[in-house]
Amino acid sequence: MNALSKPETGGILSLALVIAILPAFLPNSFYFDVVILVGINAIVCVGLNLLIGYTGQISLGHAGFFGLGAYFSGILVSIHGWPPLVALIAGAVFVGVLAYILARPVMKLRGHYLAMGTLGMGIVISIVLNQEGDLTGGPDGMPVDAFSVFGWEPGNELTWYWMVGGLLLIAVWLALNLINSPVGRALRAVHGSEVAASVAGVDVARYKSLVFVVSAVFASVAGSLFAHYSGFLTPSEADFFHSIELVTMVVLGGMASVFGAVVGAAVLTLLPQLLTVFHDYEMLVFGAAMMITMIFMRRGLVPTLQSAFNRWRK
Amino acid sequence: MSMLRVENLNMSFGGVHAVENMSFSVIPGTIHSIIGPNGAGKTTLFNLITGVYSPSSGRVFFNDRDITNIPTFELAKYGISRTFQNLQIFFNMSAVENVMVGNHLKTDSRFLPALFGLSSIKRGERECRERAEQIMCDVGLEKFIGSDADSMPYGALKWLEIARALASEPAVLLLDEPAAGLNPSETSEIDDLIKRVAEKGITVILVEHDMKLVMGVSDHILVLDSGRKLAEGTAEEIRKNPDVIEAYLGHRRRAR
Repeated sequence: MNALSKPETGGILSLALVIAILPAFLPNSFYFDVVILVGINAIVCVGLNLLIGYTGQISLGHAGFFGLGAYFSGILVSIHGWPPLVALIAGAVFVGVLAYILARPVMKLRGHYLAMGTLGMGIVISIVLNQEGDLTGGPDGMPVDAFSVFGWEPGNELTWYWMVGGLLLIAVWLALNLINSPVGRALRAVHGSEVAASVAGVDVARYKSLVFVVSAVFASVAGSLFAHYSGFLTPSEADFFHSIELVTMVVLGGMASVFGAVVGAAVLTLLPQLLTVFHDYEMLVFGAAMMITMIFMRRGLVPTLQSAFNRWRK
Repeated sequence: MSMLRVENLNMSFGGVHAVENMSFSVIPGTIHSIIGPNGAGKTTLFNLITGVYSPSSGRVFFNDRDITNIPTFELAKYGISRTFQNLQIFFNMSAVENVMVGNHLKTDSRFLPALFGLSSIKRGERECRERAEQIMCDVGLEKFIGSDADSMPYGALKWLEIARALASEPAVLLLDEPAAGLNPSETSEIDDLIKRVAEKGITVILVEHDMKLVMGVSDHILVLDSGRKLAEGTAEEIRKNPDVIEAYLGHRRRAR
């Protein structure tokens, strides 16, 4: 098969194209700001979709990993003077190890129990960030120094835009590689039937831990980026509502679709901005839009549109 | 010489003795059937052999190695594979991918090469897919090679489970009611398939209710009733065994 005719390659190229031409349509820095946040959320969602969409394991605590990554960067860079890139990697390693330790007991849970377990995990992280005021500034938050690599700083929105866009492309590329490999197939098998997967020799517990760690590391890296980009952190980055928001992005965009995660992140980040024209009814319209999407496009935006397109082409 | 040996196996769920003091052995290269009324403990026995349940007591040996408490995914390495009475298809995948999962242990499943999409992984995937397509052709599923599992009819899914199990190149294949829910012509195709599998040298352990199928293919039959072994022997011996007749048909009415 020709590499270009594969849907994944086409998808990556389309995404790259969108990222490349989008700046031409963004009139001012406010728009750039929103789009950069879309990118950061999308990186988290691409990772979270590996866990939720492909492996079928829910997490209601992933904002905790996002927050930990963010605060790790914030504290190491702004208080201890570490180079930002080193802090970002150290944060990812720390979160990865923490996720691995948590995964063994937590990922044994199934269904609603797993939801409760991960919910508790996220809440604990959120409480720690709130309470450890000496380190994190507590509920008042903390300022974070600008990002820099070897003296280079992404000064304005446009450089941040290219950086986040590039990292999003890398995240999508890694996720697609993983899914289109024996590892990804094993993850999807765990979703389909755990007992049948283990009969085929798939170590279900190991794969669940693995994908939990991978998704946590994606969240941590995105958190570190967010810390430097926004320049100020509050514990609300790690709270329950942010976790729910991330899950909603994955479900709305389309479970088990890497590009669905990107689209979901984009829609749910942009929609509140677009809906400000409704003033007081903003949240009402937002909620209604979500309900209508889930009723009529149950599999999420991207998979539903994809199969509609395939039918139409036939 | 026995390939699989079960010794004094017991399994109870609360007060129910699903399997009681069960011992038997399976000779390599044969078709070994396990029959019995509903609730006799056949599927429980399968689950004990394949590590889905841990027995209350007793041991299971495979080629004289104790495999009693080895987890299911490890057993695949020994060459033990099975199908399920209630289908366990990966409905989130295509048919070919279902079979490819069966080949999991022979694929390169290292994390980092997969993450970075090394060309060796991609090559391995192509080979794995070709093998899976070949297996689908072998069992007569060639027209479903391009299908998604959730669009396939029930009968084809039963074949797909067998294809997935065969993809792991097992030494012993446990089939849990492969003919359940199939029509007579499909059942006779299963009959052929089981014989072909056995001819390849794969030992088959079959749980089945279809007596015509069982009597036709089995080298050896084990009859269970209420978790206990009722009888054991060739098809001919089982057919004449008074205990078996009684369990299936009830008491013979005494002549007046």
